[in-house]
Amino acid sequence: MSAVLASATLKGPHVDFAGLSPLMALLGGAVVVLLVGLLGSAWVRAHLVPALSLGALAATLGLTIWQWGEEKSILAGALRIDDLSLLLTMLLAIGGAATVLLAWRSLAAREAAHGEFHALLLTSIGGMSLLAAAQNTVALFIGLELLSIPLYVLCATEMRREHSLESGLKYLIIGSVGSATLLYGLALIYGATGATDFTTIAAAISSKGLASDVLLLTGIALCLVGLAFKSSVAPFHQWTPDVYEGAPTPVTAFMAVATKIAALGVFLRFFDVALIEAQHSWGPAVATLAAITIVVGNVGALGQSSLKRMLAYSSVAQAGYLLAGVVVATQLGVRATVFYLAVYLFMNMAAFAVIVARERQAGHGDKVQSVAGLGHTNPWLAWPLTLSMLSLAGIPATAGFIGKFYLIDAAVSGGYTWLGVVIVIGSMISLGYYLPVIAAMWMGEAPVPASGTPTPAPLPALAGGSPELEEDSPSTPVKSPQPEVLFVAVLAGAATLFFGLVPQPLFDLVHGAGSGLGLF
Amino acid sequence: MPLSILIWLPAACGVLGALIATATGRSASARPTSVITAAGEHADSATGGPANASAARAPGALALLGTVAALGLAIGYIADYSPGTSGLTHVTDVVWISELGIHYKLGIDGLNVMLIGLATLLFAMATLAANLRQWNRPQLFYFHFMLAESAVLGAFLAQDLALFVAFFDLMLIPFYFMIGMWGRGERPERVRATLKLVIYTLVGSLLMLSAAIATGVLASEQNGAPLTFVLSNLQTLPLSTGSQEWIFLFFAAAFLVKMPAFPLHGWMPDGYRTMPIEVLMVFSGVLSKVGAYGFLRIALPLYPQAAAHFQTLMLLIALASILYGSMVAFTQTDARLIAGFSSVAQMGFITLGIFSLNPQGAQGALLQMVNHGLVVAPLLFIVALLARRAGGSEDIREMGGIAFRAPVLAALFLIVALATLAMPGSANFVGEFLILLGVFQAKLAIAIIAFAGVVMASVYALRLFIRALHNRVGKGVEARDIGLLDRVVLVPVVSVILFFAVYPQLALRRGEDSVKAAVAPAQAAATPVRTASRKPTFAQAMSQFQAGPVTGTGNGEAAGARP
Repeated sequence: MSAVLASATLKGPHVDFAGLSPLMALLGGAVVVLLVGLLGSAWVRAHLVPALSLGALAATLGLTIWQWGEEKSILAGALRIDDLSLLLTMLLAIGGAATVLLAWRSLAAREAAHGEFHALLLTSIGGMSLLAAAQNTVALFIGLELLSIPLYVLCATEMRREHSLESGLKYLIIGSVGSATLLYGLALIYGATGATDFTTIAAAISSKGLASDVLLLTGIALCLVGLAFKSSVAPFHQWTPDVYEGAPTPVTAFMAVATKIAALGVFLRFFDVALIEAQHSWGPAVATLAAITIVVGNVGALGQSSLKRMLAYSSVAQAGYLLAGVVVATQLGVRATVFYLAVYLFMNMAAFAVIVARERQAGHGDKVQSVAGLGHTNPWLAWPLTLSMLSLAGIPATAGFIGKFYLIDAAVSGGYTWLGVVIVIGSMISLGYYLPVIAAMWMGEAPVPASGTPTPAPLPALAGGSPELEEDSPSTPVKSPQPEVLFVAVLAGAATLFFGLVPQPLFDLVHGAGSGLGLF
Repeated sequence: MPLSILIWLPAACGVLGALIATATGRSASARPTSVITAAGEHADSATGGPANASAARAPGALALLGTVAALGLAIGYIADYSPGTSGLTHVTDVVWISELGIHYKLGIDGLNVMLIGLATLLFAMATLAANLRQWNRPQLFYFHFMLAESAVLGAFLAQDLALFVAFFDLMLIPFYFMIGMWGRGERPERVRATLKLVIYTLVGSLLMLSAAIATGVLASEQNGAPLTFVLSNLQTLPLSTGSQEWIFLFFAAAFLVKMPAFPLHGWMPDGYRTMPIEVLMVFSGVLSKVGAYGFLRIALPLYPQAAAHFQTLMLLIALASILYGSMVAFTQTDARLIAGFSSVAQMGFITLGIFSLNPQGAQGALLQMVNHGLVVAPLLFIVALLARRAGGSEDIREMGGIAFRAPVLAALFLIVALATLAMPGSANFVGEFLILLGVFQAKLAIAIIAFAGVVMASVYALRLFIRALHNRVGKGVEARDIGLLDRVVLVPVVSVILFFAVYPQLALRRGEDSVKAAVAPAQAAATPVRTASRKPTFAQAMSQFQAGPVTGTGNGEAAGARP
């Protein structure tokens, strides 16, 4: 017996290292960063580690550009390398780089130890990249877990702040429920179709006439719920505001942007490829979810005094807009979704960078007062946030307008005109919370620094914490925004404006994204 | 010369002014106030110091230069436009977003040639008026002001539906800042007013956005053509009546809010009260015209069946605006709100003319757009002058009795007031006459009721004039005639009013052909009922009387052509 086993050659799949290279750069970078983080010098930990993460992300970006234009399935059909997955990986790398810059001098990275923080971040991006390329339900699930588990930890990295821990725990519980639901759904779909491969599932649905099979539909419903949890689609969004508010702001920025990119990427590939034959069953359901999400997100954001909570609800609403591109299941819809994801990356990064800067500067946390009078005191922060708010609201001359235009265009030509109207109604409601932020910046008075210098309550001692960590008091307000945070804010704001005036480069980039999915 | 220069010249001047002021302001205040600028919030009080007086003036001067240059260009375009031309001239057509079929297409025709003249004239006047005042943070003020001019000119010149919508939405944003940052009243109050104004008007605009996208997509789908938003292409791709109707209503909502028309004017009183007068001059004089212009440029040519279908509804809204606006205007005591509600009434007349759906009414409406802009801006400026003499109050009960001490001001005011009430001999009279003539042909009953509006206009205009200048001298009123600088602002516009009174043909003849072309499809859609029911029966009766079997189309000409 053992002889048989010994002589049997294990036939592994052919590994296309070129196609896999962006993912390898990310995960390899995570290992390197983790090891370098163990080195003794404080300077190495605080500066070399983030620099190495940036290097890994830059390598990922470079490798995706190198692979650009490839159309292939790798690892025995588990992953698909095409314009969609490469473009999403590119966006993830950019979003990740922005996160690294925002987290460079953050409390979270220091408390969690820099090596771990950045290794978790890179692993999570790796999971997202895997998810965006997944072409097989197993790869999908692995990608999802690889993205989620590091994120649960990242949310709790400010481990001496109660809200951060609460946020991490909440996300862990809700995320696990979502994952379990998704896994159940995937199992049911496997049961119905006998396949894990997306294209085989699609073929099985059409050849066996399963489009109205109860087992399959139950599976689809469970998958929809699972993914809705991940991408914070109402009514599965309740965790979003709490988790976003509690998590360290750079992590919130990362969750808001990157998770959404990955989740919408898997929505596109799973629903528009594997389940395309059942589109008439899930189409109306997803459209209804999108409409509910748009309304719930926008109404929830009204009257929020915490900017992070406001942006959390706004991200719920934006998920609703994005789903409109999934629902129509056309190439145009895919392109519009990816276009909006790119725009979404820039406008949210601009907003979060300003919040990070103000949190470290003003001592009002992420309250709206923290940006009051910013137009007078620091126009370099006020303009990016203004552009970001206008863009999120969909005002012309910003990229958000073009993105929304594209999505409505896709919805109308896909026969979902009413969803297009819901999108604009959502935009109307959204003016009610985006414009007051602008008003606070430009029309408000700069507040008196809260009770002199904000003296932070002494943080509870950390079990196993070493006194050397306390060398510089973490919450000392800085005089002016740190250059790397300012850089992210200004660059993202400028991109928001630039792509609003000259959107053609972005259109060229997303042009191929829809063609790989075999839609019409 | 490409039209882009006209559009972007003001914005460029605004940006340049802001850059110069920031650069000089910083270098001048760098040394002595470095401590303060580090703390931040005193940075702008430093620029108000004597060292930076010239830096503070630069944005205003540059803005004035830009608006006057734009006015010069616009006058050139008006002179260049020969009345007989049909179709667009000076076309700029570049593909902006090829995937969406959106072109950056600009052009001048009879519909917008006078309106860009109006817009540039009023912006130049308002910029001049603004230069007479000190502004807190002038570089930002003029930046927003100039951005507004660029957006308004863009909306007037755009020949692509998506581009029009973009400019239409964009032009509101500078006003959000201008009202919120430099408006009158306490901060929370003005923030509330500006938020209300912007949300109110953007609600309409966003509905219009979805309707515009639907127009492009559905028109190309229903006709099997590639996606396009260029207006001239869309006119060749008729939409089904069902799609037209909801799309038309969305557009109408946007335009009526902007005007404002009666049930949708909720933002107006607060907005008018809080706007700085220079901003209000262009808002009332120019922005409201974009709404009316949108009907002529977009709604009537693209959705003719729907326009015909909703003709009565629109006429009733117009009528309600006339009656409501006039009636509220003569119960108000705030001079600004009198001007505001009179605008509601005047815009009602313009809507009335457009939806008479015949060339006379629409031509009158187009003339009246120019006229109303020309009278309301000087009227508001005079209100500001009077308020300055009445201790800052804009309440007409606190004004009065200065006509003899201020004869020039009184004379200028009289001209404006008489033009407002459409005195025979003024261009406003010609405009209203044509509008009523048009409506008379379309809906007799509505025309008769609308006549009441003409009478009421004289009531509120004269009431304002008498209460503000005659009567008893108000408490704390300081009687002093108009100063030289204020004359420089006011006299040019008043002379344009007088010029149009003598020679309204300048506007009428330029607009004629384009208006006819714009109204023709809707007119055709509105009239077949009548021609089918009345005229042909008459013709048929005639031909039967002549005992000749009619094989032709049944009109009189065919019958008469038979020997």
